[in-house]
Amino acid sequence: MMAVSTPQREAEVAQDALHAPDDRGRRERGFEFGLLIATAVAVVVLAVLLIDIAIDGLPFINSTRFTEYSSRFPEEFGFRSGITGTLSLMILVGLLSFVIGVGGATYLEEFAPNNRFTRFVEANTSNLAGVPSVVYGLLGAGVFVFFFSLGRSLIVGAITLSLLILPVIIVASREALRAVPNALREAGLGLGATPLQTIGRQILPQALPGILTGTILALSRAIGETAPILVVGALFSRRSDNVPWDIDDAFSALPIQVFDLVKRPQAAFQEQVAPAGIIILLVLLLLMNSIAIYLRNRYSRSS
Amino acid sequence: MRVNWRTMASLLAVLALLLAACGGGDSASEEAPASEASGGGGASSESSESSGGGEVSGTIEIDGSSTVGPLTDAIAEEYAEEQPNVQVNVGISGTGGGFERFCGEGSTDIANASRPIQEEEAQLCEENGIEFTEIRVGTDALTMVTSPDTEGISCLTTEQVAKIFGPESVRNWSEVNSEFPDEEIQVFAPDTDSGTYDFMVEDALGLEESTQDYNASADDNVIAQGVQGTPYSWGFFGFAYFTNNSEGLKALEYDAGDGCVAPGVETAQNDEYKLTRPLFIYLKNSAVQEKEQVAGFVTFYLETVNSVIGDVGYIEAPADKLEESRQKVQTLISGEDPSADGSSESAS
Repeated sequence: MMAVSTPQREAEVAQDALHAPDDRGRRERGFEFGLLIATAVAVVVLAVLLIDIAIDGLPFINSTRFTEYSSRFPEEFGFRSGITGTLSLMILVGLLSFVIGVGGATYLEEFAPNNRFTRFVEANTSNLAGVPSVVYGLLGAGVFVFFFSLGRSLIVGAITLSLLILPVIIVASREALRAVPNALREAGLGLGATPLQTIGRQILPQALPGILTGTILALSRAIGETAPILVVGALFSRRSDNVPWDIDDAFSALPIQVFDLVKRPQAAFQEQVAPAGIIILLVLLLLMNSIAIYLRNRYSRSS
Repeated sequence: MRVNWRTMASLLAVLALLLAACGGGDSASEEAPASEASGGGGASSESSESSGGGEVSGTIEIDGSSTVGPLTDAIAEEYAEEQPNVQVNVGISGTGGGFERFCGEGSTDIANASRPIQEEEAQLCEENGIEFTEIRVGTDALTMVTSPDTEGISCLTTEQVAKIFGPESVRNWSEVNSEFPDEEIQVFAPDTDSGTYDFMVEDALGLEESTQDYNASADDNVIAQGVQGTPYSWGFFGFAYFTNNSEGLKALEYDAGDGCVAPGVETAQNDEYKLTRPLFIYLKNSAVQEKEQVAGFVTFYLETVNSVIGDVGYIEAPADKLEESRQKVQTLISGEDPSADGSSESAS
């Protein structure tokens, strides 16, 4: 029955499967239902998590949480140092990892000769994406804090987190670059544009939506990380704000503050202040993602 | 395309501006850390005009025990109202990690510690030419707990605790003491990285190693939950975790040879309850003498500690120990630079 497979025949079979009340139709619907369940599990778990945190934390979100520094009284505890620290990290990590990541991906995809060295680098970037984050923290502590004597500063935190997500950004950016039709490259070069012009004005803008998607996901991961920045010396408590241009300053970050709060003996810290901190962290993430999605949509439209 | 790149740049700029607006509130305190590298540099220039104990500025680097961290942070919270230009950075690397930075790197002015400094650590300090002073700031009562459903057990002696938590690993209450019920012991305790564990095994029980057969956790709240839900369980942690979970837990009395004593603020303070551990801060002598902000902070610490320590969940250090701490700080400050005395007096 399946011996001759023409598009028409296939369409008929599919039609039969959808409409005929036989065993095959049931199987098709069962399969579809199974997929629906798989989707639902992911969405429901996320929803339950968000709702649970919202119920715990929302009543305890107020202006104090944004304007004040840490306190021994749960109701006066504010995340100001963590918020400014995390925002500064986000900006620095975004800049560093985007520039280096996209640069590296462009080289590997557009310029690198296909030799053993390139293949070695490619294999390693893929592998690095799976290295546990705390390892990057130890690397950051060993190389930047001590070897380069940068101290436990904002820039070391940002470099460490950037290294953590670089492999992900490079892999995603290469996928995006590969998806750009080769005809565009040939057309650009054929019309006399230099490789720089072709890649900078045609290829990269085409690939940008994909690159941005990868970068958003990677950045989101970086911002929630606790282990690597704990190792390079993120502070639990400061009483001043971080700004992205003061890169020598000591720094704090929201995940570190939440991490400490859940271990406090006082129930109010665990059950009220920590969830409030988690919500603030989530909101910052969503804010960042929405900016990136806005940018991505702009590019998708203009190209 | 150009327009788009510009949009991106301007969006970034907007984000940066937003952040600047956030931080703009206290630009004064932001300027201060600029002199961080030179340490006392910024402070000394200001002290000339305000040696009467007015405003000082600068940074104080503190790291160490996550037990003492919240206490030091509470002091910093109060201190910020008196000296808004002094920036106090409190890290929580753990007691060992704190000494590593204090002695090994020499990058902190103060190390928080929930146990006395160990010999190797002191040696490291000596090798690197760092002189330090041990300052007692408070007390934590280690509290042994069981589930409220546990019957017939209310007091343990040091030997009995050693049977349970030592290498012997006795796991039946009747073998610990023939009068205890014939029930299995489930042990929940801090993991080996914790200063609480170190103190229990080495200082309280005088053992080299502990049992391997127990439920270890880095989070004392997890221990509390485990003990709570398991009849005939046994566990221990800091006093604050008991007072905050007292409804679901039963504290066990401790007999160090002079009878059973229940853990409590009073029994810990008058030294009847023996399962207490001291909380310390270690001062780098040169930092106290050279940086006005460190001297001011430490003086303030000892004046304020008793009024905040209850909020954090610990117990006041014995009055004579605290007085001794104050003396040490006074000598340290006056030892080299008598003019610094002015600031410590005015802070009181």
